[in-house]
Amino acid sequence: MSDALVEVRNLIKHFPITRGIIFQKQIAAVHAVDDVSFDVIRGESLGIVGETGCGKSTTARLITRLLEPTSGTIRFDGQDITDVPRRKFKPYRRQMQMIFQDPYSSLNPRKTVGAIIAQPFAIHGLEEGKGQRRRAVQELMEKVGLNPEHYNRYPHEFSGGQRQRIGVARALALRPKLIIADEPVSALDVSIQAQILNLLRDLQQDLGLTLVLIAHDLSVVRHMCDRVAVMYLGKIVELASSDALYEHPRHPYTGALLSAVPVPDPELAARRRREVPAGDVPSPTNPPPACRFHPRCPKAQAVCSEVEPPLETKGQGTIAACHFPLTHEEAAERVATASV
Amino acid sequence: MAPLLQVEDLCVHFATEDGIVKAVDGVTLDVERGRMLGIVGESGSGKSVSMLTVMGLTRSSNASISGGVTFEGRDLLSLPNEQLRQIRGNEIAMIFQDPLSSLHPFYKVGTQLIEAIQTHQDVSKKAARERATDLLRMVGIPDPRRRVDSYPHEFSGGMRQRAMIAMALANEPKLLIADEPTTALDVTVQAQILELIARLQRELDMAVVLITHDLGVVAEVTDEIAVMYAGKIVEAAPTEKIFHAPEHPYTWGLLQSIPRLDRPRGEPLVPIPGLPPSLINLPSGCSFHPRCPYVRERHRRVEPQLEPEPGDPDHLVACLLPSEIRKSIWRELREGKPPETARADVLEERSA
Repeated sequence: MSDALVEVRNLIKHFPITRGIIFQKQIAAVHAVDDVSFDVIRGESLGIVGETGCGKSTTARLITRLLEPTSGTIRFDGQDITDVPRRKFKPYRRQMQMIFQDPYSSLNPRKTVGAIIAQPFAIHGLEEGKGQRRRAVQELMEKVGLNPEHYNRYPHEFSGGQRQRIGVARALALRPKLIIADEPVSALDVSIQAQILNLLRDLQQDLGLTLVLIAHDLSVVRHMCDRVAVMYLGKIVELASSDALYEHPRHPYTGALLSAVPVPDPELAARRRREVPAGDVPSPTNPPPACRFHPRCPKAQAVCSEVEPPLETKGQGTIAACHFPLTHEEAAERVATASV
Repeated sequence: MAPLLQVEDLCVHFATEDGIVKAVDGVTLDVERGRMLGIVGESGSGKSVSMLTVMGLTRSSNASISGGVTFEGRDLLSLPNEQLRQIRGNEIAMIFQDPLSSLHPFYKVGTQLIEAIQTHQDVSKKAARERATDLLRMVGIPDPRRRVDSYPHEFSGGMRQRAMIAMALANEPKLLIADEPTTALDVTVQAQILELIARLQRELDMAVVLITHDLGVVAEVTDEIAVMYAGKIVEAAPTEKIFHAPEHPYTWGLLQSIPRLDRPRGEPLVPIPGLPPSLINLPSGCSFHPRCPYVRERHRRVEPQLEPEPGDPDHLVACLLPSEIRKSIWRELREGKPPETARADVLEERSA
């Protein structure tokens, strides 16, 4: 058995843009995920960060086969699941579950909480028998910090944080090996976020889960994850251990992201150098050639628009795709991270 | 000189089928000329409603509003709608969280800017268009001469928020109210927009009220901060004091429950237990008492008042714990003790 639970190789997802009603012809494509390769190690938590449209959610949906990849392979637990037909996919899906961002729209308002959490059992024909299923559901509710007596309540009777707990319970029902959480706390109030983050962390440790956490909040990812992948315009630009990434980001885009995070310390905020790229992220329909960050990069030179930098080792186990990675000094100016 | 905006004991209650929602329950604050005030709180803390009320935007048959709002000597609460409209968008302007739903999708950005200008200034369409272009340039929109004829959907999220800011600044307001202006934006765009607001504030010498739930955002740009909880201000102080010497247990909770890049990795998050209260059935005594780790019997009965710290008139706190005890608890929290331990110490001191 290899160390990797999920192995993603050269994954590509292009969404076609078509014109015409009867004779549809493709006129362009959104390059949502463009040649992405990475592993998710058993028992680790891997963070995927990036801004809107960088392909982080699409990547998650490709791993769980909620979307079909354009090309590339995904191996789960040693088996190639890229081409497994949908009707044979059920046993795999049982091992990978998702937690979604919005606890308001991801729970069916017409079903009781008990029924929502029991749904995975029903789909997979587990925990048959009314009493048994009910017990299983109540156990799950207890595990995520919900009152098991609220079994018969409806989602609207719960607060946002409690609803997210329902989503977590549903994801845990089938005892999956892999949980993919797509922005699990960004819709919640500040004082509630910590409750859910702590819950996810405890569950991950207690149950030995592998967690992929997708988030735009770099502080959340640092807190939760062992390793972090940074995506920009459909590509991974840097992949490193959390300690290495936040101490010495190599890719100028990672540096920019870190320098943009507001820090709740006025002195530190004033001391740190802001190196935020001007302008907006270019359209993924027509991404810039070679290094996709070059039009906004403060360190870009001619070669950056001609030769695509490969993802390669830059020390400390970090891999980054950059011709001119940030030096230690440049990184230190941008980052307000406390050392470990 | 009197402050630009004075809010005194403002209460905004809404009658609903379920009961009276006390959205804002006795808020007092001043906004000085040329300063930036941050209002921090969770959803339902009353931070937006209090500022909407300043703008006269909560007036309706089911709202009962009391207290005082004085802007440059004029009482805004009693001002007729007609006169309030002269002030709104002119002397006081507002920007909102979601720039897509605040811009009309049907009209060009320039047209909407021209409307904002011509509503309050007697200028020709040509001059207004000129001004609209200048405004877009001022907020950093590239190629403003062409962009003035774009529709909102042709703008990115960050550009739309820039356009909203341009519109708010069209009549050189004395006060800009920014309600979660960066919440819908990506972190690099957020940094750009905050920088823009801070720069324009300096250049135009405006007062700004920045409403947000994100402590990081206010740390970067504000001069003073008011922390709101359940319709009330629980702590108000200059920005450094809120971060380096906070006094209210809710402020401590907020500071300790967020993962922070400036703290060592692996430091545990200390969540605030429980949920924000229902604004219909507010807890008795201190509204925060059901979630407060340091609650004492008296706190369930007596309502704390927002009062200055002894020897520090700038730092207002609404907490019934004695000041020395609060200071010692915060020291212990900073050293990494969990709230329960700190609580034990408090209880000991009480029995001593």
